[in-house]
Amino acid sequence: MKILVPIKRVIDYNVKVRVKPDCSDVDLSNTKMAINPFCEIAVEEAVRLRESGVATEVVVVSIGEKACQEQIRTALALGADRGIHIETSSNLGSLQIAKLLKSVQLEEQADLIILGKQSIDSDNNQTGQMLAALMGMPQGTFASKLELADGKVAVTREVDGGLQTLSLTLPAVVTTDLRLNEPRYASLPNIMKAKRKPLDVKSAVELGAATTSSVKVLKVEEPATRTAGVMVESVEALVDKLKTEAKVI
Amino acid sequence: MTILIIAEHAQGELKPETNKVVTASLALGSEIHVLVAGYDCKQAAESAAAILGVTRVLIADKPAYQYQLAENVAALVAELAGGYEYVLAAATTSGKNFMPRVAALLDVEQISDIIAVEAADTFKRPVYAGNAIATVQSTDHKKVITVRTTAFDAAEVGESAPVEYLETDIDMGVSTFVAETLTVSERPELTAASIIISGGRGMQNGDNFAMLESVADKLGGAVGASRAAVDAGFVSNDMQVGQTGKIVAPDLYIAVGISGAIQHLAGMKDSKVIVAINKDEDAPIFQVADYGLVADLFDVIPVLESQL
Ligand SMILES: Cc1cc2nc3c(=O)[nH]c(=O)nc-3n(C[C@H](O)[C@H](O)[C@H](O)COP(=O)(O)OP(=O)(O)OC[C@H]3O[C@@H](n4cnc5c(N)ncnc54)[C@H](O)[C@@H]3O)c2cc1C
Ligand SMILES: Nc1ncnc2c1ncn2[C@@H]1O[C@H](COP(=O)(O)O)[C@@H](O)[C@H]1O
Repeated sequence: MKILVPIKRVIDYNVKVRVKPDCSDVDLSNTKMAINPFCEIAVEEAVRLRESGVATEVVVVSIGEKACQEQIRTALALGADRGIHIETSSNLGSLQIAKLLKSVQLEEQADLIILGKQSIDSDNNQTGQMLAALMGMPQGTFASKLELADGKVAVTREVDGGLQTLSLTLPAVVTTDLRLNEPRYASLPNIMKAKRKPLDVKSAVELGAATTSSVKVLKVEEPATRTAGVMVESVEALVDKLKTEAKVI
Repeated sequence: MTILIIAEHAQGELKPETNKVVTASLALGSEIHVLVAGYDCKQAAESAAAILGVTRVLIADKPAYQYQLAENVAALVAELAGGYEYVLAAATTSGKNFMPRVAALLDVEQISDIIAVEAADTFKRPVYAGNAIATVQSTDHKKVITVRTTAFDAAEVGESAPVEYLETDIDMGVSTFVAETLTVSERPELTAASIIISGGRGMQNGDNFAMLESVADKLGGAVGASRAAVDAGFVSNDMQVGQTGKIVAPDLYIAVGISGAIQHLAGMKDSKVIVAINKDEDAPIFQVADYGLVADLFDVIPVLESQL
């Protein structure tokens, strides 16, 4: 069984972004970049499935500028077997990404595709669902548990009301939630080994991708900022403020 | 412009998120239809018909839609979408699940989590955990949109729009429902509560959340949590507030033993009044709090409860 894991290069989750003074975009120059945390969880899950003998191969794919090969190498160091980089300098929308992933899947014929539920930069939460639709595959989004058996995958999903378990026929698309697993750290020997693992590079244009998105960003602004209020000395003072000043209780 | 809203409902009841999506839609057009897809969902359809601004309700009452399986619901919505310029749903775990699928079936991008309608094709949405607000314009012929419901007021009820039954029964047969564990609580739902008290890692264990529950009960509020508290197993996942959990904007948000990581702030910083109780005076949560109290939560929460 083969697992395909699409990963995205994003700003490190610990870094607070700044908006550019001309409001054209956020300023990512000299910021620390990393694998999107949800994608890291996807890689971990796939690697664990291979380690436990359920899967035989884990292929990671990333779409973006040349630099995202760093994140592919990280995923290889975490245990993935092979990487594919689809190079593009354009800022593609999720549908375009999903279409490119579809072309990869048509070639790879993976039995399971595990994506992150959400990129922490665009906060879109849509690529996995779109890919599933384009492939006519079932989807298990926001997964906190996966169980593979008899050509099916049982996915426990984190939903607003609690947890829901679905059974999907394979091939299927799964998107990860934070509690699915805790990703390992790459060891130095594995980082060295990852350098020799195969990494294929393809061009997005050759795969027929559009170079523009139908959704254009007109401007990016700072959100309304909150200013720190006052410190109170006691619970009595707090309750008094809430009653007489804020009038919320 | 005709608009199709996919209703949010559970256990036969319409959720207030639907009323908020109606408010967002009023800025886009006046022909607003609501689709209630589910099983045994007649009551939800009747509630939807009563929302001011809704001109028609479509009900697809079939077992295939009972658990809102994305494959079946998306196929239904995509089939209906031909007659509409806009398809909207709330950015809940249900809307987030099937709407991108609808968008892909219609070959358009989805605009996620809008917080404002600037023009018929232009919307505002938060990105980077709410640390930036993007204004985006879509050239797609049909617009598939999810709505951040904390940004819109609930539309009032009072009318009665016609309800039309649909016979479309689509079961893609690739997914089946197995089980669900839903949290039952007497308290208001997080996303609907006007007062929320949330606990973080500082609570130390799940039993200690009983202290927050007592405060919530006195205030008629809900109890939330940080991701650290959920991860540590203190409380269940549906209580998580934040970038990747629930987005809330109550009148009063009390953060107890929560440091104030950007991912947590992303889910609650639009609350009207924020109170932070933390023993570390340098905790970042104090930078967004209207009222801060530097204290050991185990000393002050029982006092707070007794004073309400
Ligand atoms: C991709 C991603 C998504 C995430 N999404 C979310 C999300 O949606 N929501 C979310 O909340 N987090 C999210 N996180 C996690 C986030 O980064 C923080 O780790 C988390 O919010 C920290 O929770 P906390 O404040 O409870 O814990 P800590 O940061 O450990 O803070 C505990 C606080 O409790 C205080 N404290 C301890 N004991 C006491 C006491 N006795 N009395 C008073 N104060 C006390 C301490 O001073 C400290 O400030 C996400 C992280 C990632 C990587
Ligand atoms: N450029 C990309 N390359 C590879 N995978 C991606 C890319 N963008 C998004 N994804 C995948 O889709 C998931 C959800 O992203 P999004 O829909 O953008 O929130 C991510 O966690 C990745 O698994």
